[in-house]
Amino acid sequence: MEKELKYVDLVEQPISMHPKKFALWLFMVTVVMIFAALTSAYIVRQAEGNWLEYDLPEIFWFTSGIVLLSSVFLHWAYISAKKDNLLQLRIGMSIAVALGIAFLVGQWYSWVALVDRQVFFVGNPSGSFLYVFTGLHGLHLISGVIFLIIVLISSFRYKVHSQSMDTMEMATSYWHFLGGLWIYLFMFLLLNH
Amino acid sequence: MATASVATHDTAHDHHDHEHHDNFVTKYIFSTDHKMIGKQFLLTGIFWALIGGLLSVLFRLQLGFPDMNLEWLRPLLGGWITETGQLDQTFYLALVTMHGTIMVFFVLTAGLSGTFSNFLIPLQIGARDMASGFMNMLSYWFFFISSVIMFISLFIKTGPAGGGWVVYPPLSALEQAIPGSGLGMTLWLIAMTFFIASSLLGGINYITTVINLRTKGMSFSRLPLTIWAFFLTAVIGLLSFPVLFAAALLLVFDRSFGTSFYLSDIYIGGEALPNTGGSPVLYQHLFWFLGHPEVYIVLLPALGITSEVIATNSRKPIFGYKAMIISMLGITILSFIVWAHHMFVSGMNPFLGSIFMFLTLIIAIPSAVKVFNYLTTLWRGNLIFTPAMLFSIGLVSFFISGGLTGIFLGNSAIDIQLHDTYFVVAHFHLVMGSASFFGLVAGVYHWFPKMFGRMMDARLGYVHFWLTFVGVYMVFFPMHYIGIAGFPRRYYSWTGFEFSNMYTDLNMFVSVAAIITFAAQFIFLFNFFYSMYRGRKATQNPWRSNTLEWTTPIHPGHGNWPGEIPTVYRWPYDYSKPGAKEDFIPQTVPLSATPESNLPHEQELVKLELEIMKEESEALVANEAKES
Repeated sequence: MEKELKYVDLVEQPISMHPKKFALWLFMVTVVMIFAALTSAYIVRQAEGNWLEYDLPEIFWFTSGIVLLSSVFLHWAYISAKKDNLLQLRIGMSIAVALGIAFLVGQWYSWVALVDRQVFFVGNPSGSFLYVFTGLHGLHLISGVIFLIIVLISSFRYKVHSQSMDTMEMATSYWHFLGGLWIYLFMFLLLNH
Repeated sequence: MATASVATHDTAHDHHDHEHHDNFVTKYIFSTDHKMIGKQFLLTGIFWALIGGLLSVLFRLQLGFPDMNLEWLRPLLGGWITETGQLDQTFYLALVTMHGTIMVFFVLTAGLSGTFSNFLIPLQIGARDMASGFMNMLSYWFFFISSVIMFISLFIKTGPAGGGWVVYPPLSALEQAIPGSGLGMTLWLIAMTFFIASSLLGGINYITTVINLRTKGMSFSRLPLTIWAFFLTAVIGLLSFPVLFAAALLLVFDRSFGTSFYLSDIYIGGEALPNTGGSPVLYQHLFWFLGHPEVYIVLLPALGITSEVIATNSRKPIFGYKAMIISMLGITILSFIVWAHHMFVSGMNPFLGSIFMFLTLIIAIPSAVKVFNYLTTLWRGNLIFTPAMLFSIGLVSFFISGGLTGIFLGNSAIDIQLHDTYFVVAHFHLVMGSASFFGLVAGVYHWFPKMFGRMMDARLGYVHFWLTFVGVYMVFFPMHYIGIAGFPRRYYSWTGFEFSNMYTDLNMFVSVAAIITFAAQFIFLFNFFYSMYRGRKATQNPWRSNTLEWTTPIHPGHGNWPGEIPTVYRWPYDYSKPGAKEDFIPQTVPLSATPESNLPHEQELVKLELEIMKEESEALVANEAKES
């Protein structure tokens, strides 16, 4: 099997990248464009006045911490997988998944906090935008959690190890990307509020 | 193939031989073969082009013959014909809306880019298939779902979306506004969501394939210009369609959940709506951030096809290959920073308007470079007037005549008079609509032998070309006059105004020309389907072309090349090279095999080439020794 692979590699272009990984990066570009559009819409709309001012829910600080922490654990799992330390891989991934779900729950409570402040989805766009940002990001994060769970299951089936890292690498980059995206959104909201 | 690197043993190819047990469903319906998916896109695109064209004939009847009794259309349109035998006024709005949506997105985006990117990218870069055949299949089926939903919306009681293809709120956001903003609009948004997903899946695949799956020797500086065009089109789509998605998402929230992103202080029937704080201009910004790049999503593939067809049939290298690439790159970048020229009169800051005017006029430079290169490629070439060649030259003609009026419209001051008139309609139908359509048709004529292994009838092609070419000018040239006179687009009737009712004859003329042009397309349809089964059998390389797709068998299987994928040794435009025996040298012929025609710098490359070939054959021998 290895011999065959070697041969096929020889036929292929030497500079090429794993196509699926590349496609994932392109998908992340599209997600960036969606949020770039929404955040610029936010700025344009804010500049026109009639803008409801309110405090951001404090829980965002906690959820930001959680999402960063889950990225750290996932990266630990990723490094462990590279070293074929399967136990650490499973522990790291399980914690990352748990933290990911905790993040989602936290984001839900941020909506509860917003409602307590009389900021509703329907009303002044300044509030609606916040719901759209968190909601759309949450949807992407759910897809990330599902992806992580799939990789977690395959790690229990001994399908993730140093020789087979493709899906693990993809899951890790996607998760880091989603975490980074949330940090961007949070920073953006802090600066443009 | 006389190349030294063609191996007899190829594990990748052995693997592919096992995949020829397709049944009907996996071969024709849920196919993952890029060639079949390309054909699926083409057939769906043709279906939509017929619907879109038919809709335009319907509203041209109203514009050309406002007093005509349309009772005979009742079997088709039912209640949309009023009791007095006239076309229903709200249905007229739906007609223009759906004509625009269908033509821009379903025909010239999916039908053009979807067909030729899918069909040609793997064939011309030397790949077995797309990077992900499954994603590619998904891309077609999302488009199919989108098509079904859009098609259903044509038949619902309140009619399809009626707010213009740009669906500006508040008109599109308020169900009370017009019947077309009800269920029709909802279906429009759902269909477009699927369409965006389809485009993105396709685009991701095209980019990945072009970057990662090129065959050996196929560097970016040896890519055919078609591939460059498809690649940049996919990049534009990847960056702009998500923005349309964002715009549509906020519109959905405004329509169905009561938010106020685009709505503010609106009174309907004396009652104030609860929405405050929204901004309709915000939607225009978001929409045109897609909308303008979309123009180039539609046009670039057609320009790429034209480059290939014109070079092949002029028997000359394309003039300014690098200049072509640089101008396409320029167009790609510029397309993202000119969107507000669609909004000069939206109440935007006039200073901002001046900036966008300046940026817009810069686009004239790369466009002029491209036109210049087409003309200089044609200049003193050994022209072979195949139907594809005629349609490509037609495209260049439309690109010039429609592009010139773009310079007028790009000026924010002149736009005050011309915006939203038939001048705009004439401009974009020539430069974007007809030009891209001609590119699409040229592509079909040119690659039909590769798609179906048979030739289309050239004589019918000539008749089709002349009727369409003359017809298009007859339709759109007079519109410039109507537009300069100030007549607005999308108006149901123009006879009620003093300044425009003298154009009755002109409008009648346009309508007759439109009907004849539409009828001429049936010649093409007949030719297409007849030739598919009864056409003259094609040879392997009927146009004596250089690119890789003509090295595949006449009926390529899934995997495209039996045996190893050919290696590429030269650029794709070695036509009529001085000293060469034939007037074309395919990309697969090594420089070392053509010492008589090599240029001095190519003679240098021969050494390098021979070294690489030697290393490879050693590696192959070593590998075979290990296997046995």
